[in-house]
Amino acid sequence: MSVAIAVARTRDLFAATMLTGIYSLLSAGFFVVMDAVDVAFTEAAVGAGISTLLMLTTLKLTGQYESSSRPLQRIALVVISVTAGLLFYGFLDMPIFGDPAAPIHQHVAPRYIQHSAEEVGMPNIVTSVLASYRGYDTFGETVVIFTAGIGVLALLSYVRSREDVSQAALAPMQPHIILRIVSKILIPPILLFALYVQFHGDYGPGGGFQAGVIFAAAIILYAMIFGLDVTLKVVNPAVIQFLAALGVLIYASVGIVSLLSGHAFLDYSVLGHDAVHGQHWGILIVELGVGITVASVMLVIFFNFSSRVDKNQDSHS
Amino acid sequence: MSWLAQYNYWVVIVLMMTGFYIVIASGNLVKKLMGLTIFQTSVFILYISMGKVRGGTAPILEPDIDLYSNPLPHVLILTAIVVGIATTALGLALVVRIKESYGTVEEAEIQQKDNDQC
Repeated sequence: MSVAIAVARTRDLFAATMLTGIYSLLSAGFFVVMDAVDVAFTEAAVGAGISTLLMLTTLKLTGQYESSSRPLQRIALVVISVTAGLLFYGFLDMPIFGDPAAPIHQHVAPRYIQHSAEEVGMPNIVTSVLASYRGYDTFGETVVIFTAGIGVLALLSYVRSREDVSQAALAPMQPHIILRIVSKILIPPILLFALYVQFHGDYGPGGGFQAGVIFAAAIILYAMIFGLDVTLKVVNPAVIQFLAALGVLIYASVGIVSLLSGHAFLDYSVLGHDAVHGQHWGILIVELGVGITVASVMLVIFFNFSSRVDKNQDSHS
Repeated sequence: MSWLAQYNYWVVIVLMMTGFYIVIASGNLVKKLMGLTIFQTSVFILYISMGKVRGGTAPILEPDIDLYSNPLPHVLILTAIVVGIATTALGLALVVRIKESYGTVEEAEIQQKDNDQC
């Protein structure tokens, strides 16, 4: 809480960014305490990693300090006091923290907890609900992520000419030998860990969303240490954009296959020789699609932001 | 003293209002997005804290455990986090374009430039 208030008070945006990173890590801690291991996993990778990085890249483009004038400060205080009062009044009727008899635990959740073992056959209930019971939602969210990737591409896309590439400047981190060696040692385990998270999501915390973000983080680390140009030679941006679309396509085609075999959209039971086996295949493929889309959209976003930075530096010098 | 037992909601309110305050009071567009992120995380905490069951454990099935926390909010928030970063990235991209065409990301100065034009 105090970290959030510090974010509000500081005018140095760099400090504020670092504080939001810390705040994300702390809230990941909250999520572990409240039994949401999958969520904590995602928040730690996304909030403390990718989000902080994107904020920093934007600050590089827009300047580090905000102006000191805050004309709306009084009105803002009034508005938030009124809203806080209303929320306080509304929350008084809510069930107490950790109450097993709360209405939220009476509706569909008991069914997920009691029957997902025989219906879907996976120990991690979060994965069963995510990919099977609520497959439509997850499909929609994958499409939203894909659309956001397209949006960033449309806003920031910048094609560099051949000459730019040949005159590629040395990466800023190139002289730091310790960073270089350590990241070289770290990147392969990170990629491997991402794959583990991807394919082990059925049994432990993890799944396509987390794996995608971790995979992208490894490549982004490489880009930060060795420079964008080298990375773009290894990871072709056209391939990444294609992969972002391919992930959505994989997800949707699972649905089409089950439609064509006479079942409902995204009903996985036709994919294997019996229903539970089909569920296994369906979830594996769908999570793979999610992972591919998330990883490539994160990379698309990062590449576009950082090539903007390069472009602006070129035009200044 | 039932309102003390609902402490998770009070934490959420404080966080949410901090984020809301930043969004209203700060003129800098990047700062506004940071405020939105804090607001967003407070909603995540609200959902996850509602899913917690006292004495329950993480919803991964084990033969000798029979009390789990509610998995449904976890699923909703898990996807919301990743969608949140994607939309934040889109917002930041817009801010970068605004900076390029206006030369500033302060709301007051942008308004000033717009007024000068017409």
